[in-house]
Amino acid sequence: MNGPLANGLPPYALALDMEVVDRIDGTPVIGMPFADKVQGRPGFLHGGAISGLLEMAAIAAIHQALRAKGSDSGIKQVNVTIDFMRGGLGQMTYAVGEVIRLGRTMANVEARAWQDDRSKPIAIGTMHYLIRRPKVEGA
Amino acid sequence: MAFNKPELGSLIPTNTAFDPALVNKLMGKFGHGGFLDMEYVGHGEDWVELAIDWRADLVADPETGILASAAVISLMDNATSMSIWTKLGEFRPQVTMDLRLDYLRPSPAGARVYGRGICYHLTQTIGFVRGFAHNGDIDDPLAHASGTFIRVGDRVS
Repeated sequence: MNGPLANGLPPYALALDMEVVDRIDGTPVIGMPFADKVQGRPGFLHGGAISGLLEMAAIAAIHQALRAKGSDSGIKQVNVTIDFMRGGLGQMTYAVGEVIRLGRTMANVEARAWQDDRSKPIAIGTMHYLIRRPKVEGA
Repeated sequence: MAFNKPELGSLIPTNTAFDPALVNKLMGKFGHGGFLDMEYVGHGEDWVELAIDWRADLVADPETGILASAAVISLMDNATSMSIWTKLGEFRPQVTMDLRLDYLRPSPAGARVYGRGICYHLTQTIGFVRGFAHNGDIDDPLAHASGTFIRVGDRVS
């Protein structure tokens, strides 16, 4: 997983019609419209689709942070914990990631998803990523 | 788009034991489960196994073809959720409270992904679950999952 967001959103995100809709302090905000393909129980978002949105926001945030440091390292996800706080309704959902700590070998990232009100998250994801230095060409 | 489908609970027979294969025809063939096209694989007293096929549009990194980890989360969400009803022997409305996944290795391009959800403890309100995902060999898991589901009673509708 060497920078799936380096050249735009990955196929999985595009398949669910996710796109970068805004930036908060330079960090991309990812939007995901409601559709049958992201629906769980009728009228509500599927937890897995919310998780997918959170992961895309987290990856976008870490790439942003790496670029800001002038780093061309890649990342590898170690784990994720998703807390679901509110049911996701049948409407547009947004998510943004925050790199809590970016070290040399790992990064702690948090991503939150919301609908109408950013202060009322529907879910928060906590992720750990390994930082992978790029392989040297021809080495 | 069928946003006005009847509630899942109203579609599940109440006079017979919970049947994961039957319920997957709802959860795995409509909505997000349908997008991933989840297949019922098998079940036991307290577990349910589902599977999804690798697809180009489920990829996280086009260079490697590695599957998006979110697809594995969705698979484990459905499998663990259904394991609760399987252990309970009947459907009860619930939502995911939290779910953790540890990614032991990537799921390679072209490989089918199996997700086995296990309900290891049930209370009146909470279903405690764990599980793992693999590519066909249960001794070579690609991810481990753990989480909790909370019963929502009438608030689901």
